[in-house]
Amino acid sequence: MLDSLIQGILLGGYYAVLAAGLSLMFGVVRFINLAHGDMAVLGALGSLWLVQSAGVVVPLAIVITLIGMAALGWLMQRFIFERALAGGFLIPILTTIGLGAALQNGMFAAFGSNTQSLGAHIGNLSWSSWQLPGGIIVGQLPVYMFATAVLVLGSLHLLLTRTAFGRAVRSTSTDAEAASLCGVDPRKVHRWAAAIAVALAGLAGIFLAMRAQVTPFSGPMMLIFAFEAVVIGGIGSLRGTLIGGIVLGVVQALGALISPQISILAGHLVFLAVLGWRLMHVAASERGGWRAALKAVFNKPDLSRSQA
Amino acid sequence: MMPAMTVEPILRAKGVNKSFGALKVLFDVDFHVMPGEAVGVVGPNGAGKTTLFGALAGSFPVSSGAIQLGGRDLSGTSAAERCRLGLARTHQVPKPFLGMTVFENVHVAARAGAGMDQTRATAEAADILRRTGLMPLANRPAAALGLLDRKRLEVARALATQPNVILLDEIGGGLTEAELVALVDLIRSLQADGLTVVWIEHILHALLRVVTRLVCMAEGRVLAQGDPRDVMAHPEVQRAYLGSSPE
Repeated sequence: MLDSLIQGILLGGYYAVLAAGLSLMFGVVRFINLAHGDMAVLGALGSLWLVQSAGVVVPLAIVITLIGMAALGWLMQRFIFERALAGGFLIPILTTIGLGAALQNGMFAAFGSNTQSLGAHIGNLSWSSWQLPGGIIVGQLPVYMFATAVLVLGSLHLLLTRTAFGRAVRSTSTDAEAASLCGVDPRKVHRWAAAIAVALAGLAGIFLAMRAQVTPFSGPMMLIFAFEAVVIGGIGSLRGTLIGGIVLGVVQALGALISPQISILAGHLVFLAVLGWRLMHVAASERGGWRAALKAVFNKPDLSRSQA
Repeated sequence: MMPAMTVEPILRAKGVNKSFGALKVLFDVDFHVMPGEAVGVVGPNGAGKTTLFGALAGSFPVSSGAIQLGGRDLSGTSAAERCRLGLARTHQVPKPFLGMTVFENVHVAARAGAGMDQTRATAEAADILRRTGLMPLANRPAAALGLLDRKRLEVARALATQPNVILLDEIGGGLTEAELVALVDLIRSLQADGLTVVWIEHILHALLRVVTRLVCMAEGRVLAQGDPRDVMAHPEVQRAYLGSSPE
C-alpha cells in the first residue's frame, strides 16, 4: 500500500511534465495541441535514435533532443499553429489531429514498429534501487525523474513569476490584445511558449523511454494522460499540474493494487469525477452557490417569479 | 530632421476606411493631431470612435487609407511596434492582466513598451503608480480592483510605455465628480509635460476642461472638427446628437 503510494507519487512527476506542456500551450497560446503525445514520442524515439544509431552518449542525447524539440515547437508555432489559430475554432483541432497522424506514421516509417527502450543504455540505473526502512524499495530512476520534474516545473514557475519574460507571457495569456498595446509582441511570446511546451513533451518522452517502452503509436495514450492530469490539477497553474500528475499517478498505482487491469481505468474514473465536480461547481456558482442551486433542484419551480 | 519652421502633425489619419466583413464602420476618416495638443473625440454611440482608436493603435489593419505617427507611415506595423514607437491606448472596458499584481501590470508595460531595463522599469512603475494614486494597491492582484481603480490602472499601464501620444477611450464614465476632477488634473499635468492627448469622452464638461479642439463623429464619418464651441454648434452635430430632422 505505502509502496504503491510512493510509486504513484514518483510516477506523477512524469505525468506532470507531460501535462505541463499541454497546459502551457492552452493557457498561453489558447491552442489545444492534440499532437502533444505524438511529439513526446518523437522526443523519445529521437533520443533513442541518437543513442542507438548515432552513438551519442545518453546525457548528450537528452540535451540535443530537448534543444531540437524546442526548435521544432518554435517553428511549428511560427509556420503552422499561428495560421491554424487564425482560422477559428475547428482548424487547430483538425490541424493537430492531422499532424499527430502524420507524426505517428512518419515515425513508423523512420523507426519501425518495434517497442524500444532507453533502459538498456543507462546501465544499472534502470534497475538500481534504495531500500528504505520498513522494507520499502524505491527505484533510483523514478526518484531522479521525479526530482527532475519538480526542478523543471519549479524553474518554469520562477521563470513565469519572477522575470520580465514571465510577465510578458502572463500578460499575453490574460489578454493578447492588451499585451500588444503594452509593447509585448504576442506572436513572439507564443513562439517561445510553444518551444518550451514541445521541449517539455520531449522530456516526458525521454522519461517514458527510460522507464518503459515506446512505439510510434504510444502518443494518443500519452495525450489522454496529459489531459487528465491537466483537468485534475486545473489549467494555468504549474503547481496544479504537478498535483494533478501526482493524483493521477497515485490513483493508477492504487488501482493496480486491486487489479492490474483496473490501473488505467481508475485514473480515467478519477478524471471523470473531478471533471464532473468542476462542471457542477461552475453551474452552482452561476446559480448563487451550492445551497441556492440545490434548493432550485429540490424545490418546486417558483411559477410566480417566472411569470414576472 | 524636420524643417525648423513647419510643425508636422504627430498623428495623422488619411482617408481611413474600415469594414468588418460586410459592415462598414469608418468612411474616409481624415484626422490629425499636432504635437502637445489635446483633442477630444465625441459622437453618439456607434459613431466609430473606438474603431478609429483601434485603427490608429494597430489593433486591426485598416481596409484602406494611411496612418502616420511623427510623419512615419504605420501600415504593416503591429500594435506592439506602434506602442514602442510612442503610441499608447486605453480601453473603454479596462483590460487589466488579472492574474498579475497592479505593480506587475505597470512593470510589464515599462519593460516591453518603453524598453527599459529591470531597474529603470521598477523605478518608473513606482513613479507612475504614485502619480495615478495606485501606490497603496501596488501589490494587490489586479483582479481585486474595482472599476475606478481598473480605469486608473488602464491609464497607468499606458503611461508606463512612455508614449508621445496617448489615446484615452472613455475613462471618465462611472466616476464621481471628485474623481473626475482628479482625472482632469492628471491629464492636464501629463499634457503640461508634453504628452499629446486624444480623448474619447461622453462627459463633455470634463472633456472641455482639457481639450482645445474637438472632433465629432457620427455613423463612421467625421462630421466636424475644430474649436469645441464651433463644433458643438455645428448643425450636423446638433442633428447627430439631438436627432432633429434633416430639414
